[in-house]
Amino acid sequence: MSKISVKDLNLFYGDFQALKNITLNIEEKKVTALIGPSGCGKSTFLRSLNRMNDLIDGVKIKGDLKLEEQDIYQKDVDVVALRRRVGMVFQKPNPFPKSIYENVAYGPRRYGIKTRKQLDEIVEKSLKKAALWEEVKDRLSKSALGLSGGQQQRLCIARALAMEPEVLLMDEPTSALDPIATAKIEELIVELKKEYTIVIVTHSMQQAARISDETAFFLMGEVVEVDTTQKIFTKPRDKRTEDYVTGRFG
Amino acid sequence: MRNQFVRQLNDLNIKLLKMGAMVQEIIEVAVKALTTQNLELARKVYELDDDIDNIELEIELECMNLIALQQPMAKDLRVIGTVLKIITDLERMGDHAVNIAKVVLEIGEEPFVKPLIDIPKMAKLAQAMVKKSLDAFMNADIELAREVANDDEAVDEIYEKIYTELINKMIAENTIVKQATNLIFIGRYLERIADHATNIGERVIFIETGENIEIN
Amino acid sequence: MTKKQIQEKIAFTVLTMTMFMVVIPTLLIIGYIIYKGIGTISWEFITAMPRKGMREGGILPAIVGTIYLVMGTIILALPLGVGSAIYLTEYAKQGKVTRLIRLAIMNLAGVPSVVYGLFGLGLFVYFLNIGTSILAGALTLACLILPVVITASEEALKSVPQSYREASLALGATKLQTIQKVVLPFAMPGILTGAILGIGRAAGETAPILLTVAAFFLPRLPKSIFDQAMALPYHLYIISTQVPNMPQGIQYGTALTLLGLVSIFFMLATVIRIKFKMANRA
Repeated sequence: MSKISVKDLNLFYGDFQALKNITLNIEEKKVTALIGPSGCGKSTFLRSLNRMNDLIDGVKIKGDLKLEEQDIYQKDVDVVALRRRVGMVFQKPNPFPKSIYENVAYGPRRYGIKTRKQLDEIVEKSLKKAALWEEVKDRLSKSALGLSGGQQQRLCIARALAMEPEVLLMDEPTSALDPIATAKIEELIVELKKEYTIVIVTHSMQQAARISDETAFFLMGEVVEVDTTQKIFTKPRDKRTEDYVTGRFG
Repeated sequence: MRNQFVRQLNDLNIKLLKMGAMVQEIIEVAVKALTTQNLELARKVYELDDDIDNIELEIELECMNLIALQQPMAKDLRVIGTVLKIITDLERMGDHAVNIAKVVLEIGEEPFVKPLIDIPKMAKLAQAMVKKSLDAFMNADIELAREVANDDEAVDEIYEKIYTELINKMIAENTIVKQATNLIFIGRYLERIADHATNIGERVIFIETGENIEIN
Repeated sequence: MTKKQIQEKIAFTVLTMTMFMVVIPTLLIIGYIIYKGIGTISWEFITAMPRKGMREGGILPAIVGTIYLVMGTIILALPLGVGSAIYLTEYAKQGKVTRLIRLAIMNLAGVPSVVYGLFGLGLFVYFLNIGTSILAGALTLACLILPVVITASEEALKSVPQSYREASLALGATKLQTIQKVVLPFAMPGILTGAILGIGRAAGETAPILLTVAAFFLPRLPKSIFDQAMALPYHLYIISTQVPNMPQGIQYGTALTLLGLVSIFFMLATVIRIKFKMANRA
């Protein structure tokens, strides 16, 4: 089942075309990895899935981008509501300079959950899902900035999960982390795909290989090839994909 | 950590064990076809070999995927590399079983030139070696792996004995040359099977110690 | 020693000396004022009304007037300044217009204060008919310190990592919620730095007060914000230049009181600033 279907998506920064005719389906409850060299448009594409590109002046988008049946670039779409359905985790762990509890409760509070009991439940559930509960349950009121980088990133995942999103976008979530913290996040991603549709941008092909089910290879704003991860890494159809995954690119 | 990878490695081991069991079975069937001169059984060996070839391909593909997708390192890498080689050994054993079956079909219902005593003994030993070598692999048991090498010497000895005996018989009586040669071939095939089992033993030692040694 | 090492030494010596050339006069001025003024400071001096043509008694009305003015100025300038800074950094489309506005604000910071005074006199006192009063003065001083407040607030807002805004928006917060809950708390220390600078100026300015608030001599406390008031800087100016036979102690005592008052305001603002900073780390 396709959770997100993209058809002929074109994106411009002013005169520069960053995405060209992207057609891509993202499967429900699978991990889809977006790989490709720097500047190939993979992050831009990811950010168009929750309309984070709207924040940049001069961005123009054309084409169909459907979350289930809803075209998310229709005029009447409530961007705030969309972002609750499509959560995001960023490259550098970016917890707010608030307590661990307040970080996780941030989203739910914004959409009006007020009672302490409900918030407590959401915080505990989200931290458990992000495999962080055991490590922080005794210091929920302590600053999130006191956590290690890997813990901060899992907190950011918990914070996104607290919104009970359907899709989780991850923009190079482990590029600022050491190998052990990376392994923990990867393990977590594999676990999370049971409940969520995950799209992850990664610079590490090995990471894409390890954790994803589907892989899309981006090059200069285009999708060169999209297939099961196994196919992409063992017998890609396109010569350019082959060159990239074998490291003969450039 | 890396639960998924660990699970996949386990699956791989289980499949390898299954292939080992199939190889033990094919040897058993081939030798039984010989001793009972059962042509039906001999034909069945061919079918069994097809299954073995299929599972070999399956395991090979899985190893490739694991290497491509999970980037195994150190011992994990040695295990997967070794599995790739072990399946070749196992597959070759299957081929030798087929060779035996071929001989059985050629001999047909023609009575044996001598009662078969040493060949079944050799077959038993070879089969046991296959089992031992795979057990050694599964349990990472270096001692057991070394034992396989010792057994190989016993197999070689029996082969020498069969060879000399049949040559002598051929010199005395030239009408039996054809069947006797065929029986020597069977001995040779069983000896090769034992050699492949020894190879597996060597690889078990490689996995555990990282050192490549030649036992024999 | 090699040539390079000698150069290093000379550079270091020169730079150290310039530092002392800056610090020493400051310390001298403060020390001199304390030395000359401390003898005059007494409970009576800061709590009593002036008497005998200000040659005796205390300076209470001037102290109270300055406190009113500073508070009024901050209450007016801070929301206005922070508001426009938020608009400029968070909402306005960056381009020619915003650049022009920023340029204008920078230039305003360079306008002499007496011009502000005249402007305040014209607009607030006469045109809006507020009259010479604390309110007119606070409004004028607010205009005066707005550029400082806006510039400092803008810098503070810009220093909020973009990743915080993105994180908040990605969590389905609206822009307003993001500014309220994430951006402003984080920028608060920086904004307060601007406020501190503004307080210093508002408390010390003489010319605008002279034109919009001041009472030459008013030996009572102001009744409301529409009342005239005395203020320390202006009072200092008067007793130093306009009143013959003024005891020197009173002049230096007044100066010292002004210094002390400004320091108290600084300390208050700094305490609040530190509190916000701690909250950001917590």
